[in-house]
Amino acid sequence: MSISSTTPGAAATTEQTAEETGQARVATRNRRGKAPLSEGKRAERKLGWLLCAPAALVMVAVTAYPILYSFWLSLQRYDLKFPDERQFVWFENYATVLSNSYWWTAFGVTMLITVVSVVVELVLGMGLALIMHRTIIGRGLVRTSALIPYGIVTVVAAFSWRYAWTPGTGYLANLVAPDGAPLTERASALAIIILAEIWKTTPFMALLLMAGLALVPDDLLKAASMDGASGWQRFTKVMLPVMKPAILVALLFRTLDALRVFDNIYVLTNGANETSSVSMIAYNNLMKGLNLGIGSTMSVLIFLTVAIIAFIFVKLFGTAAPGSSDDGGRR
Amino acid sequence: MINPDRHPHRRKARTRFLAAGAAIALLAPLTACGSDDEGGVPTLNLYQFPVENMQTVIDNCNQAAAGRYKIVYQVLPRTADDQRVQMVRRLAAGDDSMDILGLDVTWTQEFASADWIKEWTGDDKAEIEKGTLAGPIASATYNDKLYAAPNNTNVQLLWYRKDLVSEPPKTWDEMIDASLKLKQEGKPYQVLTMGAQYEGLVVLFNNLVASAGGNVVSEDGKTAVMDEGTVKALQVMQRFATAGVTSPSFTNQIEDDVRLAFQGGGGAFQLNWPYVYSALQSDAPQLAPNVTWARYPGIDANTPSRVTIGGSNMAVSSYSRHPDLAFDAVKCLRNADNQKILAIKAGQPPTIESVYADPEMAKAYPMRDTILDELKDAAPRPLTPAYQNLSTVVAAQLSPPSAIKPQETATTLKKAIQDAIDSKGVLP
Repeated sequence: MSISSTTPGAAATTEQTAEETGQARVATRNRRGKAPLSEGKRAERKLGWLLCAPAALVMVAVTAYPILYSFWLSLQRYDLKFPDERQFVWFENYATVLSNSYWWTAFGVTMLITVVSVVVELVLGMGLALIMHRTIIGRGLVRTSALIPYGIVTVVAAFSWRYAWTPGTGYLANLVAPDGAPLTERASALAIIILAEIWKTTPFMALLLMAGLALVPDDLLKAASMDGASGWQRFTKVMLPVMKPAILVALLFRTLDALRVFDNIYVLTNGANETSSVSMIAYNNLMKGLNLGIGSTMSVLIFLTVAIIAFIFVKLFGTAAPGSSDDGGRR
Repeated sequence: MINPDRHPHRRKARTRFLAAGAAIALLAPLTACGSDDEGGVPTLNLYQFPVENMQTVIDNCNQAAAGRYKIVYQVLPRTADDQRVQMVRRLAAGDDSMDILGLDVTWTQEFASADWIKEWTGDDKAEIEKGTLAGPIASATYNDKLYAAPNNTNVQLLWYRKDLVSEPPKTWDEMIDASLKLKQEGKPYQVLTMGAQYEGLVVLFNNLVASAGGNVVSEDGKTAVMDEGTVKALQVMQRFATAGVTSPSFTNQIEDDVRLAFQGGGGAFQLNWPYVYSALQSDAPQLAPNVTWARYPGIDANTPSRVTIGGSNMAVSSYSRHPDLAFDAVKCLRNADNQKILAIKAGQPPTIESVYADPEMAKAYPMRDTILDELKDAAPRPLTPAYQNLSTVVAAQLSPPSAIKPQETATTLKKAIQDAIDSKGVLP
């Protein structure tokens, strides 16, 4: 489809362009009817499939295969330590993981980090986006400096956070908690992990929201202020509705991203004191425990969680995937 | 001179040349690794944690080999988890560039069960077993077969202040009472040992279980036992943690924290590895003369304690391309002479009994008789391939030790350990 749409002047032959020209649509459908495809059209369709094939194969190889393979592994007792005792156990691993308190603790920690960090980032990011959008002097400098945290490698940033919060050597630990070791207590450790996440990804949120802000027509804002709308009213009644698709995309991206939190936790606490996220605990069971069955079960459960959240965003909130239209649907 | 900007063609050629150069530079080390000793001396890669003066020992063996092989020291990361993960990842992929593996005593079972290391048989086996202490040999054995050569060993001792305590306590109860008495007198009183949620806590638990005559896992390593001895051990552990004799940061301390706290003068007793001795001489010379050592305290006054064995073994990878040479190299690396070098220069207690009698050991190891005493009836950690998982769940269950409810904790531990053995254990 996408191939023929690039052919100029071939509006009648493609569904996509036909949809855009409302009137022509009916005509096209009628003309097409159920008549057999013409020789040329069939060749074109075949070419389309051929051109798509490499991309489709790559997608299957890098996405579908690993997912199916880990699902297959999750149905087995497969522990590298006991190579002779590998066997098919149906959904036993799922029962084991889903009835385990470590898993649910990690799940709770992941959800907490996701919700808190995404909400705070949305507020901060919006503020930052408004500032960057309105900056007139030194626009490039402001935008670049705001992006610095996002540009730093997460592990490197996490290490500097860790040193900052280590008693004795760390300026933050000495300043905020001179008598304790904040990274060794659950509540403060989680707060630090969330803080590190927010620090790192607020610029990303701001960048996406700034793109949304660019969609708001100046005329609309001028008209609103002519009608006597206050600044807050213009923000909530004009800007936010127009920006809605951009906000939802930003939220979706950040939620899925936050759900996979790993590096910050790995460096800051390594999961001690019940600060493991689901990715951490899956890593521990796979890499340290060498238990491919349980580890894959966890990976599949994480995948399902991500899929459900993406489904909720796309279907219920009508978040548009990038590249599609903003009417909420897919083409 | 050519201005490259005005000659796009040349610039392209030059870029390409640079790119090719960079590619070759990047690939060079790989080819160096991959190209197998064709025509030259076979290379044996020794993957081991960092050990001081290890290169001296390797040089000795390379010289003795007289061109039959050349051992190259590939230094692994410093922490045990990182070392294990790196080796396991390579072994799971069948990496044939690893020949000799330096294994923590707790990994031998696991690697043997996974078929990653070769069994020692015949003359090789006899040579390793000759003169080697029984405890270290047990740590290198799986299913009655020898899978590794004990390289060095270790046991914890009781270090105490002889200016405060005249007679070393024989049992934990005596030690706690002595500490409480010092506390009343307003003197340094703390009993310092490792209580953080990690392997060190499991070692403490294992010391107590073995001293109480208990078992965590059955002989064959397939069933969780948790008998009366383990309940007794849990009672002692709980009393120790709640009696008010520990440091406030007990539940957060690992080896070096304990050593530093003791050197700082806060403790009357320290339960720790022998390395604290040399550190004490150099870092706290004013305190050192007041500190001496004794056998680790037991549970019952008439039964000597049994102490967990530490240290490392050397094994030959199943994927090695030169297994015969690797076996030879291991025999050289851990022979009596080389063990002595590492004992004196790197502080590693030897596994060959005769080395302890060497006159040179007297200065480096004044506590060698006590170490040897403990080693002779030392307690291995639960011998099962699932030890790593077992240790993780036990540490999680026992932390913090003050919250232990002996009978209840024993029941939950039994289930957790059985799950770990059955690959059902979920690691936190």
